Amino acid sequence: MITKAMKQGLSFAFVMAFLVGCSSTDTKTDEDAAGAGANGGVTTGTADGGALGSSNGMDDGMEELDKVIYFDFDQAVLLPAARSLLLAHSERLRNSDASARLEGHADERGSREYNMALGERRANAVRDFLVLQGVSRSNLEVISYGEERPLALGSGESSWSKNRRVEIDY
Amino acid sequence: MRKLLALLFCCFVSPAFAQLTIEITQGVDNPTRIAVVPMGWGGSSPLPEDVSEIVSADLQRSGQFDPVPRTSMLSFPTKPEDVFYRDWRAMGAEYLLVSSAEQRGGRYFVRYDVFDVLAQRKVISAGKVDGSPEQLRDIAHHISDKVYEKITGIRGAFSTQVLYVEAFQHEQKADNFRLMLADADGARSRLLLESDQPLLSPTWSPDGREIAYVSFETTRPAIFMQNLATGQREQLTNFTGLNGAPAFSPDGDKLAMVLSKDGNPEIYTLDLRTRQFTRVTNHYAIDTEPSWTADGEGVVFTSNRGGKPQIYKVTLASGRVERLTFDGEYNARGRVSKDGKTLVMVHQRQGVFHIAAQDLTTGTLRILTETNLDESPTIAPNGAMLLYATRFGGKGILAAVSLDAGTKYRLPSKQGDVREPAWSPFFN
Repeated sequence: MITKAMKQGLSFAFVMAFLVGCSSTDTKTDEDAAGAGANGGVTTGTADGGALGSSNGMDDGMEELDKVIYFDFDQAVLLPAARSLLLAHSERLRNSDASARLEGHADERGSREYNMALGERRANAVRDFLVLQGVSRSNLEVISYGEERPLALGSGESSWSKNRRVEIDY
Repeated sequence: MRKLLALLFCCFVSPAFAQLTIEITQGVDNPTRIAVVPMGWGGSSPLPEDVSEIVSADLQRSGQFDPVPRTSMLSFPTKPEDVFYRDWRAMGAEYLLVSSAEQRGGRYFVRYDVFDVLAQRKVISAGKVDGSPEQLRDIAHHISDKVYEKITGIRGAFSTQVLYVEAFQHEQKADNFRLMLADADGARSRLLLESDQPLLSPTWSPDGREIAYVSFETTRPAIFMQNLATGQREQLTNFTGLNGAPAFSPDGDKLAMVLSKDGNPEIYTLDLRTRQFTRVTNHYAIDTEPSWTADGEGVVFTSNRGGKPQIYKVTLASGRVERLTFDGEYNARGRVSKDGKTLVMVHQRQGVFHIAAQDLTTGTLRILTETNLDESPTIAPNGAMLLYATRFGGKGILAAVSLDAGTKYRLPSKQGDVREPAWSPFFN
């Protein structure tokens, strides 16, 4: 018990350090993401109104939280909207001690095994953020399905943006 | 021709599984004109397979040949002594294939002769092949191989097979994944494995007896090896994280793969005799999709260590890594041709995913396909063509292109999404 409390204290310190250190690096990577999209002829702006809207629910602990985190093409960097949603999830996971399964996915473009690795990267990014928020790492299981389990069938940015995701299941 | 082909495939394949029918979309500019005369057969009922038509379709699909339609033929010789060269010169045929079959003791015995019409001489004299009634297609592909090799100087790959995954995915229904095996022309497809969980990355052992693939049947990805003759399966890996992209070494002793058990996707090799895993790469970026170089001394792989996915090569003895691709912002899943001269890959240009080939000596990259969402290139064992997966008419299909981009054909499926072809090695 003592060690657990100490661990939580430590992870809180890490969270603070992370949040302080974040702002500059994250801005940079998000710019990279946008740039990659533009160069690849891909519509960017996939920060997704859905995720932004659902993040408003974080104040109300009992409200249904959106369980899907979206990403830019070939990126595993958490978008700003994802961060606020994940803060709400981390609060619930900390309090409930429930275990969660983090399923990483990719859109159909590019090669399948690379997308499998990309899906894992995305799920890892979500896991790492939750752990920094004090969620126990042992309660988080990561699995990648790559492009094998699309949420939206069909080719086109409207489907692809829905498929580049991590689903939080708990 | 296309109608004939479609009819042929409809008639003679088992209806249990969707067939991949061939649609030739592009051939070379000056294909060799060959007349494949209907096979002589004295039986009371027709042969169960139209062997000559299969030979004709094989040769046409290669893009190197332009078979003379049967309806244009002035005579139907089945023996060398019945051949009149002037009949064939008249229709511009450069080569002529004449054959006949007879049945003895439940087996078919075929004799075939190939003539150079212009030189008025035999180039294959009294070729012989025999087989069971179930092997008539094999007999046809054997003849195609011999004719193709005699005339082009390149070993024929018509007797080879292809592995692929067929997926049935609907938003309301449970997923269904099938690992399939078919002849190289798409005929005689058969089910090897079916699962409601993803199946991917099928690959052949160099002797063509074993296959390896990734299955999610345990609810997590794991690499399995399966013997084609016995159907016996073995789970090779069960690590936390990625277990993917298996690739047999050219000598068949090792399996390269990607594992992320140490937190990061890295290339490993598994010694299939000692069962020892050896870590090959060590980088915080994604390293995946290993494929052996022809000499077995190196492995090419995809890595985003430079920020974007590109293809690299690691020399196993020294661990030295060099980058191979520089053209474009997305190059992945490389495969090196058997002669070591060409690297084929998934290449993104202006947002479109094509298959490209890079000359490894000069570094020049050439886009081979005009389709979009192309992936999973797999080179025929004779190095003449490659198969890849693409989308056509809203479905996943297989398509083929020659390494010089001169010949193209599609193998559309009537049922599910077809993907991840793996062209077999030569079986003998």
